[in-house]
Amino acid sequence: MQVNMTINGQEADEEIEPRMLLVHFIRDRLGLTGTHWGCDTSNCGTCVVLIDGEPVKSCTTLAAMVSGHDVTTVEGLEVDGVLDPVQEGFMQCHGLQCGFCTPGMMLTARALINKNPDPTDGVIREAISGQICRCTGYATIVRSIHWAADHDAAVSVGSAS
Amino acid sequence: MQVPAPFEYERATSVEHAIALRERLGEEARFIAGGHSLLPMMKLRLANPEYLIDINDLSELFHISEESGEIRIGAMTRHRDLLDSELLAEHFPIFRDAERVIADPVVRNRGTLGGSLCQADPSEDLSAVCTAVDASCVIRSTSGERVVSMSDFHVGPYETAVGDAEMLTEIRIPLKAHAGSAYEKVERRAGDWAVVSAGAAVWMDGDVIADGRVGLAAVGPNTTSIGPVSDALRGVAPSEDLYRRVGEIAAANCSPQTDQRGTAAYKSHLALELTRRSLRRAVARAQGQEA
Ligand SMILES: Cc1cc2nc3c(=O)[nH]c(=O)nc-3n(C[C@H](O)[C@H](O)[C@H](O)COP(=O)(O)OP(=O)(O)OC[C@H]3O[C@@H](n4cnc5c(N)ncnc54)[C@H](O)[C@@H]3O)c2cc1C
Ligand code: FES
Ligand code: FES
Repeated sequence: MQVNMTINGQEADEEIEPRMLLVHFIRDRLGLTGTHWGCDTSNCGTCVVLIDGEPVKSCTTLAAMVSGHDVTTVEGLEVDGVLDPVQEGFMQCHGLQCGFCTPGMMLTARALINKNPDPTDGVIREAISGQICRCTGYATIVRSIHWAADHDAAVSVGSAS
Repeated sequence: MQVPAPFEYERATSVEHAIALRERLGEEARFIAGGHSLLPMMKLRLANPEYLIDINDLSELFHISEESGEIRIGAMTRHRDLLDSELLAEHFPIFRDAERVIADPVVRNRGTLGGSLCQADPSEDLSAVCTAVDASCVIRSTSGERVVSMSDFHVGPYETAVGDAEMLTEIRIPLKAHAGSAYEKVERRAGDWAVVSAGAAVWMDGDVIADGRVGLAAVGPNTTSIGPVSDALRGVAPSEDLYRRVGEIAAANCSPQTDQRGTAAYKSHLALELTRRSLRRAVARAQGQEA
């Protein structure tokens, strides 16, 4: 079947098998390997991408279901060489160690800050509670997201267009 | 790598279209709502439908409204919208209690009320919620609509009254005066399925409970309606003693299994204790003592 969607502002028009999961479409078909693929059981959240601005687990979504929609992957955060404040925050506050969970964490953070520019610790922890980090113990991730919220100069990348 | 077996995919453009497709394609076809129960099963090849009918474009199934003395919720309403709804929080705070602890926020962006009820997993939190508030389910086919109670809706584990050529379109909850409701869940970690959960709803008449219901999750196949609980609550003034007695009735009427989430004895204990806590909080809310 034919699917057509916007990924990071660019049109993707591809012939696929209906059973193709969004994570494989993004990684294998489009070569955007920033989206990670971990547990494959809807539990770890490293595969999170934004669909129309909302975080969704791409291992539990068919590419076919997303046809006609707007997808943002981690590659879409940086624009013209300028990092998103969320990416800056993760650098400044050591929000990653091995980096495996980071794409999903950053996209969830982006969606959160778009909705709530001044989230509390509790709100941040709740927002990332569907995502697992095996390295950081989360404290630096929470700090990174605070940093991003504080430095968010009305960047609207990843919000619903 | 887990990938579903091959199937054909079609996106429905209206409820009528979806039902007509279902009628034509028969038992080899399934609706896909949020896909957060169905796709994991298809990845494990526990479900192998030949056709998927995507119902995510059916805007008529996304609503939470008050109409004819009822709250009506469309089948495609997502967990996130149940959590955020002020209308539900005002009339049935049990939904917000439950949605705070159903899966995680990312899963809640996709999973739906209709998918949860139709999945009919005995651990499904929304089944317990809908049982407690005495919801009824609107089931549509090409020949019209029928409305069934929660106890008739759940035929058994993973089995509902929705036929091959039918769709769950809406649930309806009667609005009655002086209502209170609450939900209590014990889980092993954030985002997990319940070890056990209990929901309670009461409707007061002055100082006595005019009617009350309890719904449990994860304690056996048949807890969608515990008649003796309601018998014990009706016409009685609330007290700690009553909550304990009703908790004991709830525990006696369930049949939990020992599994990795806990022993049967522990789950029976939870059934008692969570019934007691949810009733206590439901009554306090009905009496305006807790927001
Ligand atoms: C990691 C994870 C954790 C979870 N934790 C919990 C939890 O703690 N508590 C809990 O209750 N749930 C939990 N869930 C399940 C979650 O709530 C699912 O979203 C829900 O069970 C199914 O909803 P869905 O819309 O995704 O349904 P789908 O997967 O799309 O569908 C499920 C079934 O219902 C059928 N169906 C869907 N809609 C209709 C309709 N309108 N008419 C007829 N048939 C229909 C489908 O054909 C399918 O057979 C969890 C899920 C995941 C992935
Ligand atoms: S790979 Fe999707 S949630 Fe883990
Ligand atoms: S940085 Fe290693 S899993 Fe999060």
